[in-house]
Amino acid sequence: MKTFKLGGVHPEENKISAGKAIEVLPLPEKVYIPVSQSLGAPSTVVVEKGAAVRVGQLIAKGESFISSNVHSSVSGKVIKIDDVIDASGYKRKAVFIDVEGDEWEEGIDRTRDIVREVTMDRDEIIKRINEKGVVGLGGATFPSHVKLMVPDGRKAEYLLINGVECEPYLTSDHRLMLERGEEMLIGVKILMKALGVDKAFIGIENNKPDAIRYLSGLSAGFKGIEIIPLKVKYPQGGEKQLIKAVVNREVPSGKLPIEVGCVVNNVGTALAVYEAVQKNKPLVDRIVTVTGKTVAKPCNLLVRIGTPVDLLVAHAGGLPENAGKVISGGPMMGKALTSLDAPVVKGTSGILIMDGVEAKRAAQQNCIRCGRCITVCPMGLEPYLLAQLSEHQLFERAEKEKIMDCIECGSCHFTCPAGRPLLDYLRLGKNKTGIIIRNRVKR
Amino acid sequence: MSLLTVSGSPHVHTQQSVKSIMYGVVIAMIPAIFVSVYFFGLHAARVMFISVLACLFFEWVIQKYLIKGPVTINDGSALVTGILLAFNVPSNLPAWIIVTGALVSIGIGKMSFGGLGKNPFNPALVGRVFLLISFPVQMTSWPVPKPLFGPGVTDAITGPTTLGIFKEGLDAGKTVQDIMASPSFPGYINDLVGAQSGSMGEISAIALLLGAVYMFSRKIITWHIPVSYIGTAVVFSGILWLIDPAHYIDPVMHLLAGGMILGVFFMATDMVSSPVSTKGQLVFGAGAGLLTILIRVWGAYPEGVSFAILIMNAFTPLINSTFKPKRFGEVVKNG
Repeated sequence: MKTFKLGGVHPEENKISAGKAIEVLPLPEKVYIPVSQSLGAPSTVVVEKGAAVRVGQLIAKGESFISSNVHSSVSGKVIKIDDVIDASGYKRKAVFIDVEGDEWEEGIDRTRDIVREVTMDRDEIIKRINEKGVVGLGGATFPSHVKLMVPDGRKAEYLLINGVECEPYLTSDHRLMLERGEEMLIGVKILMKALGVDKAFIGIENNKPDAIRYLSGLSAGFKGIEIIPLKVKYPQGGEKQLIKAVVNREVPSGKLPIEVGCVVNNVGTALAVYEAVQKNKPLVDRIVTVTGKTVAKPCNLLVRIGTPVDLLVAHAGGLPENAGKVISGGPMMGKALTSLDAPVVKGTSGILIMDGVEAKRAAQQNCIRCGRCITVCPMGLEPYLLAQLSEHQLFERAEKEKIMDCIECGSCHFTCPAGRPLLDYLRLGKNKTGIIIRNRVKR
Repeated sequence: MSLLTVSGSPHVHTQQSVKSIMYGVVIAMIPAIFVSVYFFGLHAARVMFISVLACLFFEWVIQKYLIKGPVTINDGSALVTGILLAFNVPSNLPAWIIVTGALVSIGIGKMSFGGLGKNPFNPALVGRVFLLISFPVQMTSWPVPKPLFGPGVTDAITGPTTLGIFKEGLDAGKTVQDIMASPSFPGYINDLVGAQSGSMGEISAIALLLGAVYMFSRKIITWHIPVSYIGTAVVFSGILWLIDPAHYIDPVMHLLAGGMILGVFFMATDMVSSPVSTKGQLVFGAGAGLLTILIRVWGAYPEGVSFAILIMNAFTPLINSTFKPKRFGEVVKNG
């Protein structure tokens, strides 16, 4: 069974909600849709306070190369454009909409009829994906159309589809593959056409044998799409790790996957691409897992973007009495929410609730130089050293020790027997080192 | 609604802690503890009791009254140091010398550098070598093993260690074969189970290996240092032995006699004072193996394990900065 070689950990999987079919969350009464929901430049708001909007209507336009459009996920009235605190804990500009009815824009095919034939050509596909605000749904929310525009001098050979879902607890991709498999595969076919590649691999960890079986059967009808079962190991969903696992190529330090002829997209993105291209539907909803050991009804929900998190939690049986932490995303890379009023955004893959005991960090001790953080680092770094250098503000040395290669997977902190918050220090170091590098480039 | 905890990711953590690692090492030492009590009787128990108590006491005193910081004597590290110090001395050592050793181990070897994790040298070995140099007579009068309830000589009789017998014999011009043929020589089997004179914890290779297997199964230690240490020692001593079997001890005897097994699995693998990367650990083990044989064959002392490990401890920072792990994305070619 294939996997990546260097480092990695195996946290408890806890895929509690794996058997729960996707439910549609009832429409919220209000939504707050952040206007910048992708990496890159902020988008420009194109609606005004008091305006009536319909589902799928453009409300913020991505105007630079790396930025993306945002559409209204509901119909109703814009009550204000104001700051909202999102999952990251920062204030973001958002469009506040009071929901009235469920009126959709003209030309959007809302049926579940599967449109199999792909009629658009490469440029039309990329234009459509850009228009419909499709971004990477694995969590990084990189604008998808940018990934499809291969830079001059580079050639895409393989499309890799990430169905790994290596984060413990999360099951939204798993359910998507089981319930929307064929549409997702058509999305893969569209992405292949846009990239001009004839080979696509879908990597799935073997703790999802039903998804591997189902998609292997379906993919027989698709030329060039192959399902690759992978050994369970975190962080296999990291794109560099996935490329290494599936095609055994190593993306050079500081470079993008296209350097080794690969483009990586998430299964959720493939489905969003299908909906944008075949059904003319903008990215206005996504599948979100709501889970946790103490959650009454763990579930997978189809949620409109902008829905406040507390509605999802209420649907799953409410916030447990002993809840100590609510995380947007998985336990390894997710962000702890400061408030349940934060909206679901395009990158929200799950809501994980931990009890007070689980939520507490272990007491911090001296580093005993056991080297476990080095053994588990999937990038071959020395987290203990990088944390020390950050702590002492030796950022030039940290740069030499490749701190910028850190993918922030958290395996080091996960494994540290002394309970040291290694990733906290590494994030700080990456941030400061990044500033130093950018200033140098400017000069 | 109760307040939510907000912290950076990751939000889950492995079960292994410093404490579980330290107590794992203690469990791994239990077979060797039993063997030392079996062959050296209550004297062995006395030495271990004094050593452990003194180590815990000094750590407590220093943390509470000198540093005035948190007291962490229950993290298991002082317990490990106490047992290891006892393992590295003869069973008839006077109490005041043991206490002195514990003070040097904990006070100088560990706390003066800032406590657990900060010490460049293995604390137990610091104490041991201090005692060896300061009290050479007491530290090298080895009681002859006398199995509990079994026939044998009385406790008061002392005799040389296996390596000591070789050293003396070879210096006197005898051949290895002559020495091994003498009736007082313990032989392979006795050295394997532990019926030989020596430091309390080092005599039985079998008991120590049992503990090592436990540490491997709990993933407390990895194979890198033991394999490179033993491999280098065996290859180096093997070459000498092949060249001149009359004057050089064979590699198997090198492994069974003296403190190599104890040193390799329980002291060279000490995380704090050994390199962090696997490449560095291989270099560290090879250096220690080479030095051990060098000291045993050409040095003034019959045994070289403690010195070899301490010398390599001193090289650890250099090894750490020289031998880096293989970075992801370093490769130029892709296949």
